[in-house]
Amino acid sequence: MSGTFTKSMARNIFYGGTVFFVLLFLALSFDTMKELPKRDNRANLTESVINGKKLWEVNNCIGCHSLLGEGAYFAPELGNVYPRRGPEFIKAWIQAMPTGAPGRRQMPNFGFTDKELDDLVAFLKYSSEINTANWPPNIEG
Amino acid sequence: MQYKSQAVAKPYFIAAIALFTGQILFGLIMGLQYVVGDFLFPEIPFNVARMVHTNLLIVWLLFGFMGAAYFMIPEETETELYSPKLAIAMFWIFLVAGALTIVGYLTVPYATLAKMTGNDILATMGREFLEQPLVTKIGIVVVALAFLFNLSMTMLKGRKTSIGLVLLLGLWGLAIFFLFSFYNPHNLVLDKFFWWWVVHLWVEGVWELILGALLAFVLIKVTGVDREVIEKWLYVIITLALVSGIIGTGHHYFWIGTPEYWQWWGSIFSALEPIPFFAMTVFAFNMVNRRRRDHPNKAATLWALGTGVMAFLGAGVWGFLHTLAPVNYYTHGTQITAAHGHMAFYGAYAMVVLCIISYAMPILRGRAANSAKAQVMEMWSFWLMTVSMVFITLFLTAAGIVQVWLQRFSDTPIAFMAAQDQISLFYWMREVAGVFFLIGLLVYIASFFVKGETKAAA
Ligand code: HEC
Ligand code: HEM
Ligand code: HEM
Ligand SMILES: [Fe+2]
Repeated sequence: MSGTFTKSMARNIFYGGTVFFVLLFLALSFDTMKELPKRDNRANLTESVINGKKLWEVNNCIGCHSLLGEGAYFAPELGNVYPRRGPEFIKAWIQAMPTGAPGRRQMPNFGFTDKELDDLVAFLKYSSEINTANWPPNIEG
Repeated sequence: MQYKSQAVAKPYFIAAIALFTGQILFGLIMGLQYVVGDFLFPEIPFNVARMVHTNLLIVWLLFGFMGAAYFMIPEETETELYSPKLAIAMFWIFLVAGALTIVGYLTVPYATLAKMTGNDILATMGREFLEQPLVTKIGIVVVALAFLFNLSMTMLKGRKTSIGLVLLLGLWGLAIFFLFSFYNPHNLVLDKFFWWWVVHLWVEGVWELILGALLAFVLIKVTGVDREVIEKWLYVIITLALVSGIIGTGHHYFWIGTPEYWQWWGSIFSALEPIPFFAMTVFAFNMVNRRRRDHPNKAATLWALGTGVMAFLGAGVWGFLHTLAPVNYYTHGTQITAAHGHMAFYGAYAMVVLCIISYAMPILRGRAANSAKAQVMEMWSFWLMTVSMVFITLFLTAAGIVQVWLQRFSDTPIAFMAAQDQISLFYWMREVAGVFFLIGLLVYIASFFVKGETKAAA
């Protein structure tokens, strides 16, 4: 950094560069919003799915599990648990928790009703049908 | 202390250190639950410990940033704070709101807490890092606005330095991007897309401005290098940060349902993100080498250099490791992510807050620097915590590589839980390193109580 490159030049590049890249980011985000309907499975956002997402949130499932690879890494990925296990297994599993197996990682029992279990499964099915560019690499998540 | 009102920073720093300690205790609980799965179950399920761990992290860093700003802005603007009373009031509001939230997590089932706190009015809870009840989120906004008002008014009546401006810009950005935490659409892809506008645009965007400003401030003070030079560096660093980091958000848009062109945008721009962190390291060493004075606070200088190096390693090197889409395809959401998250948060943000505390606390306590004995102890804690964090990162990286291999890369992939069993040795070693980290933290706290000969502050 020689004497000819002054602080005010650096400042101007900062403001100019920031504004340029903010605008570029907004343009890309805008285009993403236009493209999403083709990929995000919004056609299947039923009442049941919406309620399932709420149950997912208010029970903080993300505090142990990941969903599409985001969240915690303590318990299996659930973005593809629907094709991995199927609806009946998932419901039976959630009801059977906790396993109580000594030393094994535990999942609480949330005392869901049958309707709530159906909603959660609907949400997990909807999530598994989002176009994720072939992620995860295999069914184990 | 040059300005009386700087004193309001002190409770902020003390609270930061106390909450940091809580964060580490819950980290150790989780680390044990990783290998002894039923430890403290059902009293403290893993997800509860995780919320406490990560939310305490965010909150103590915010306390640190606020304390830093209250300490720095009067000196930068050469005027007393607009309202010290408001700063103290906000301190108590933030502390009580934070404490109640943590108590809520620990004592009430999360779904009940959601019901009690108005989540049915506006559902914002249950998303990683944004687990706070609606009332807490609103509280954060109120505190942030009062804080920014206080600082902006101070800035308006005083000298406007580049460091002050960059710091304020970063803090305003922090508050503005937090507003996206109130947006939680039913559409999961949209939810995730804008969730990153809080998380990524914080740590790889506006927080880097705060980081740069804090580092620049401490470097001016401890090296005596000309402000013009340091502020020029600051602008260069934050330019590099935002130019790479804004589009770099795309490295989170590979596999969540977003268009596939993000694999190119995200990979290319985030691959440039290590550059500002590298520049920060060069900057810190360069300034210390060109120092015009030997400041008696050796510990603060060590923290400043350490921040540069560790931020580069954690964010730059460990970030680059998994940021290219073909690599991230396999590492996404594994222990590799956890390894990077730990070293980056510690190396960049925890360390810069400890750096400003190291510089400011002695002054707030009426001396230029702590006694030699206290400083030696503080430097021991620096090495204990930092080396432990390096080991935590290495063990998690090893765990991550084996996990990816067994569960994702192999021709005969095994199930998640089976893979976890195979890597429990690495989790045990991480937990041991974590205990050393805690010892380092306790040494750090003890260093505040070491007496000895000191010079009065100028
Ligand atoms: C405290 C941590 C924790 C929380 C919170 C949690 N889980 Fe789990 N979950 C686990 C663990 C651990 C396993 C694996 C247990 C085992 O294999 O013994 C698991 C397994 C599962 C499985 C089976 C996955 C598979 O591939 O076989 C499903 C489905 C599941 N959880 C759903 C949920 C849902 C839905 C929620 C929220 C309502 C939730 N979990 C909340 C810890 C948790
Ligand atoms: C010292 C002992 C520590 C231990 C044993 C520990 C343990 C853990 C564990 C088990 C998790 C959850 C991982 C998962 O989701 O499965 C976690 C998350 C996290 N911890 Fe720590 N931690 C420690 C210290 C720290 C420190 C010092 C920091 C930062 C300054 C930190 C920052 C984080 C962050 C940011 C996350 C979320 C990571 C992510 O989502 O990828 N932790 N920690
Ligand atoms: C100080 C700055 C940084 C901090 C504090 C930080 C922290 C984190 C954290 C906590 C996560 C996990 C988020 C989650 O829970 O899902 C994460 C993810 C990620 N970070 Fe960083 N990061 C920083 C800088 C960087 C940089 C510079 C790069 C690239 C060079 C990078 C690349 C990534 C990638 C690719 C992921 C996604 C991992 C995955 O797919 O699971 N980070 N970061
Ligand atoms: Fe990021």
